[in-house]
Amino acid sequence: MAAITMLEGIRQAIFEEMDRDPAVVALGEDIGVYGGAFKVTEGLLARFGPERVIDAPISETAIVGAACGMGYLGLRPIVEMQFIDFIACCFNQVTNFAAKSHYRWGAPVPMVLRGPSGGGVHGGPFHSANPEMYFMHTPGLKIIYPSTAYDAKGLLKSAVRDNNPVLFFEHKYLYRRIKEEIPAEEYTVPIGKAVVRREGKDLTILSYAAMVHTSMEAAEMLAKEGIDAEVIDLRTLLPLDRDAILASVKKTNKLLIVHEDTRTGGIAGEIAALVCEGAFEDLDGPIARVTSLDTPVPYSPPLEERFLPNAEKVAAAARDLAKY
Amino acid sequence: MADVIMPQMGESIFEGTITKWLKKPGDKIERDEPLFEISTDKVDAEIPSPSAGVLKEIKVNEGQTVPIQTVVAVIDADGAGASAGAPAAASAPAPAPAKTEAPAQASAPPRTEAPPKPASSPAPSAPRAAAPSATPAPPPRPNGQKIRSSPLVRRIARENNVDLAQIPGTGAGGRISKHDIRAAIEGGAASGGASRSASGVSAAGAAPARTASAPPPAAGGAAASAVLETAVPREKMYFGHYEVQPMSVMRQRIAEHMVLSKRVSPHVYSVDEVNVSGIAALRSKLKDKFEQSSGTKLTFMPFFVRAAVEGLRAFPTVNSSVDGTNIVLHKECNIGIAVALDWGLIVPVIKNAEEKNFLGIARALNDLAERARTKKLKPEEVAESTFSITNPGVFGGLFGLPVINQPNVAILGLGTIEKRPVVVDDAIAIRSMVYLTLSYDHRVVDGAVAHQFMGKVKHTLENWTESIL
Repeated sequence: MAAITMLEGIRQAIFEEMDRDPAVVALGEDIGVYGGAFKVTEGLLARFGPERVIDAPISETAIVGAACGMGYLGLRPIVEMQFIDFIACCFNQVTNFAAKSHYRWGAPVPMVLRGPSGGGVHGGPFHSANPEMYFMHTPGLKIIYPSTAYDAKGLLKSAVRDNNPVLFFEHKYLYRRIKEEIPAEEYTVPIGKAVVRREGKDLTILSYAAMVHTSMEAAEMLAKEGIDAEVIDLRTLLPLDRDAILASVKKTNKLLIVHEDTRTGGIAGEIAALVCEGAFEDLDGPIARVTSLDTPVPYSPPLEERFLPNAEKVAAAARDLAKY
Repeated sequence: MADVIMPQMGESIFEGTITKWLKKPGDKIERDEPLFEISTDKVDAEIPSPSAGVLKEIKVNEGQTVPIQTVVAVIDADGAGASAGAPAAASAPAPAPAKTEAPAQASAPPRTEAPPKPASSPAPSAPRAAAPSATPAPPPRPNGQKIRSSPLVRRIARENNVDLAQIPGTGAGGRISKHDIRAAIEGGAASGGASRSASGVSAAGAAPARTASAPPPAAGGAAASAVLETAVPREKMYFGHYEVQPMSVMRQRIAEHMVLSKRVSPHVYSVDEVNVSGIAALRSKLKDKFEQSSGTKLTFMPFFVRAAVEGLRAFPTVNSSVDGTNIVLHKECNIGIAVALDWGLIVPVIKNAEEKNFLGIARALNDLAERARTKKLKPEEVAESTFSITNPGVFGGLFGLPVINQPNVAILGLGTIEKRPVVVDDAIAIRSMVYLTLSYDHRVVDGAVAHQFMGKVKHTLENWTESIL
């Protein structure tokens, strides 16, 4: 059992699910012959053939539209966006069509729409998006944004088996930077369940995706100063694990939300409202947030560094909160 | 626009007379600059302006007497330039909300809403008194300062009946944090009504000491109670800085009860020392299992209740009441348990404790204590005790000599359980020890019986055999 990268975890999930269920197919730009821009689907075409691994033309709308049709006909498509930024191109297909299909026609679309997301790799404004909040507001969708190889694999397998459209965001900064040993035997990770990455009693840092690692780093810095932070990894954004969020807030009484997405309209606002509704009288301080700035993701490395949250920024916000 | 109101200059002051205006309409005025002078029964005082601006209108002329809260003038804050839009200043006593745009005549009729009467105010006929001239400024709001806390802290305060004004805040900006209030509650400070510092100087030091304080209430609390009296002439109590706080009803009942008990029952006290090592070991061994299986925490208290019941069954005189020359021997063992509350003390009763096994007693104890703290006891649950137990040990007392809870003839006091060196078979050993005290009514219980009773309790505790699960 060797340690694998998050990218490898995702790759394994796709292979395993296609092995398990002949209805599972993959389509996207350059996923076949080329093996995908990040080589997630390397070897997939050779293994499963051109009928199940389809190189699509450069039209995200057409790809998602085709996937919806495949879903109606009994297939379970895994759609890759070469970069998740391009999901905006098929916004209509995703939000008006796939998301509402089950509700309007009793015809669920069992589609996974996955792709590399997030910044920190100097990808610039068109290749660094965190598009979760465009879709957070769309009933009918599920949104997964894992932070570890284990979760990425287990959640992607759950997503493939889900009968409704699931958006699966893969933080490209984490693709090859984190490694962990995962079980040799088959497993899945349930959708909609957060996990406590670090137990603590003084305040809760709530995060997901790459920012979980940033938050953990901050928590270790804080521990040396006597601030005992609990770190929670949401893993699934939609549906949010309300119980886990409230339980932690009720335990520590202070909440800091960290996300790499930009600030205004970010998920921190939604979580803050949820906590006010469910645990107002457990709060011993204001709900704080550390996020990216409200700008496009800068291409310039020093500007991007300024733009993104980092462990120092998280620790500073946590220190302020701890003082309350 | 900001209204200027007639301030309340003391608890029992409901009106004031304007003796002199120090500014004319059209004059500029700074916030806190003296604006007018008033006179009440005892003092004259200068009243500062609640905000900066231009004095727009005087509504109450010199020589007129008006109720407190009456609008006496209007200040046009916009005219000031300085501190634009400052609302009726925080220092203004119960500031009337700044009227936004209202034309002057809208507030022309003096407002005469009934002044908020302090619950403690003496009879209206009582002579009026006023704040001394040492404090010309209007009295500050209850704490002089805004209390900063959090939703969590306010909830904890409400649940524990704690007065936040009494708790020093160590959080950012002097905020009362979770840790502050927990520490205060655990330290037993800051209980709701009962324990304000007598001097009126807040422990926090945050609020300026209320120099001089409302004058002595006219009639004093004494008239309210036939039982409670003052040991010295009242005049000798009111000196220096102080604050007068009326007793809560509960406090009055406790006070009366204690006075009566000491008056009626000649108290005698016995102290015994008990080795509870066996029980302590049993408890730590079965604590988790007990809680799992019963849903109730395993404390020491049920052991003592059980032991007391054993003693009462063996020596029924201790479980009696005295009616003149009759001794009422109770067949039930109804054990009153003194529960300390942040706002006083209450003694709920475990009825028919002699019929309950250990678990039944443990459940009853926790249930009654919990409901005592949440004010959910029914009247019948605090009546008909035949014997009582109090536990000053939880507050660290080595032992206490309690006052008998009438109509009982005895009360058992538990000291703190701690490890002490004791002599065991000519060797010195370390054992968990506790002092038990019995206060008993010598009219019916003699020393011999009391000590036999205590011997039985001690024996039961030291040779515990009953299964607790």
